[in-house]
Amino acid sequence: MSVANAAHSVVEPSAHARRFAGLLVILYAIITMIPLVWIVLTSFKSPDDAISYPPKILFKPSVEGYCNLFTTRSRQTPEFIQTLGQPRGLCDSIARSRNMVVAGPSNYVPRFVNSLIIAFGSTMLAVALGTLSAYGFSRFRVPLKDDLLFFILSTRMMPPIAVAIPIYLMYRTLGLSDTRLGMILLYTSVNVSLAVWLLKGFIDEIPREYEEAAMIDGYTRFQAFVKVVLPQATTGIAATAIFCLIFAWNEYAFAVLLTSGNAQTAPPFIPIIIGEGGQDWPAVAAGTTLFLVPIVVFTVLLRKHLLRGITFGAVRK
Amino acid sequence: MAQIRVDALDKSFGTFHAVKAASFTVEDGQFLCLLGPSGCGKTTTLRMIAGLELPTAGTIRLGGEDVTMNRASARDIAFVFQLFALYPHMNVRRNIGFPLKCERVGAAERDRRVVEAARILRISHLLDRWVSGLAGGDRQRVALGRAIVRKPKCFLMDEPLGALDTEMREAMIHELRALHDRLGATTVYVTHDQLEAMAMADMIAVMNNGVVEQVASPRDIYDRPASLFVADFIGSPPMNFLPFHGSLQTGAQAVWLGEREIAIPAAREALAESDLVLGVRPEHVRFTDRGMVRGEVYGSEYLGTTQIVTVTTRYGALKARSSSSIYFRTGESVGLDFRPNTLSVFDKASGRAIRTALYEGGAHG
Repeated sequence: MSVANAAHSVVEPSAHARRFAGLLVILYAIITMIPLVWIVLTSFKSPDDAISYPPKILFKPSVEGYCNLFTTRSRQTPEFIQTLGQPRGLCDSIARSRNMVVAGPSNYVPRFVNSLIIAFGSTMLAVALGTLSAYGFSRFRVPLKDDLLFFILSTRMMPPIAVAIPIYLMYRTLGLSDTRLGMILLYTSVNVSLAVWLLKGFIDEIPREYEEAAMIDGYTRFQAFVKVVLPQATTGIAATAIFCLIFAWNEYAFAVLLTSGNAQTAPPFIPIIIGEGGQDWPAVAAGTTLFLVPIVVFTVLLRKHLLRGITFGAVRK
Repeated sequence: MAQIRVDALDKSFGTFHAVKAASFTVEDGQFLCLLGPSGCGKTTTLRMIAGLELPTAGTIRLGGEDVTMNRASARDIAFVFQLFALYPHMNVRRNIGFPLKCERVGAAERDRRVVEAARILRISHLLDRWVSGLAGGDRQRVALGRAIVRKPKCFLMDEPLGALDTEMREAMIHELRALHDRLGATTVYVTHDQLEAMAMADMIAVMNNGVVEQVASPRDIYDRPASLFVADFIGSPPMNFLPFHGSLQTGAQAVWLGEREIAIPAAREALAESDLVLGVRPEHVRFTDRGMVRGEVYGSEYLGTTQIVTVTTRYGALKARSSSSIYFRTGESVGLDFRPNTLSVFDKASGRAIRTALYEGGAHG
């Protein structure tokens, strides 16, 4: 091979193409990151800076948004505030500078806890049910298998909100309205079809010989499933769990319709945080910023499983 | 170790009849190969012996005990899969020890037996490696290790060498046979490769379309095929078939192919006028100018010490194995002769071999 030809490779992109691809990726990243960055910036603005026009890029950072997110405040006369002692903490002093005092905690924490319980609860349930039924569909001769799988998929063919009214009436009759259990069951039923289909693909990829070998070696089918199939399906289970969690975590429409005082999740709560004289945008932005954290943490924790092909090379095909 | 007795085993998948009344016995310590083309039912038969499939009808006895409907785990057998089925989330030591763990053997005893199995298979140095980094042959040894560590009643192997390259396969054939001789384990081995079967087996069961065509020693399978299929499937190149029409008397020592009389081993049964087939192995064809069958040389394949010469005759193309020192010209007219005591005669309609003196020498003809 001549030296001139050696520079050409059929598998390596040229330097030019590499630069172009890099540029595209950076552009796309900027476009998708701008709203997120803006939300985070807004959460640290004062209410005046948040609605100033033209929008401020540089501003004096403030934690007022976070204070307003976690507290409720009441307006008092300056004279009354004078009679109070030292402000209790940072948020109290910020409130007093606006002639207000902290009256108590807001509902954000209970709403956030509701979101955590409902999203993780429904994800676990959907993934557990999905793994078992995907295994069944993958390994056994199920009568009407294709029809059943299509039926399961068909539950996702319309937007879930299309059945909102029947579900609302049903939940009211069953006493599931505005309960955490009701929301867990609802999100599970939406997610389980996704879980079955995704996991069936992953389990189909695991050769049956593994379980057969384990069964010959003395395990029952269930033991073989737990000890041999599950460890190899981790990648698929992790990916499925993330998809289910993202849906359940972000779901808004059902949450607005079916929850209020008791089981309300964070998504319907955040946009209705009202400050004095209208929407309290820094508080909304602060609520949104904190709301992003669990999903990011969960995804980063599971990233190792998402990227690792643990069966690679163990079976020769 | 134990005898395996399979009796009238049947298996249907819906409308597909995969195994039809398969019967054979593997004696204690014997190495039996189930040999046949893809889809002949050999793997299904093996899986039924293992308990991975349940038969539609028939019985399976392991060491005299009827295990037909027992769970795989209750049969005390070891199975070696074509794709090895090593657990990728365990290292070699834990893979080999896995069956013992299932049986709740204590950790110290387990480790002792794993080390011993590894020593027999010469993979002691690999015990703490992960299976995903191993070469094909080593993976196969680990899979064998998992089979031998438990000292089961019998070994079942489903094309265990099918995923290896040719060189490794050659080496493993000898290792497997040596391992078998050392352990004296009753073994059923599924393969579609006749060379593997011939090299390893004490007994070969040839299957076709779900039917066991013949169960016999490799020598008998080759020299005394029980059916047209066996004669055709075994041997490379396969047996030549010369179709003719005629009848046979008991004791007849020749058949008429058209106007030529060809000597055969003495017939032991009488046959009315029917379509018959004379079977001749390529190495039993001799070139002679006074030959009974005449033809034209079509071409020859050079194989080193021998060559395969294809001759066009009125009975079709015949292949003959001859010394490669003879030179054949394409188009040359030659005479052919057959060694009479080695010929087989088949009934064309049923494919069955006609009983002749040839089959009397065989123990399992």
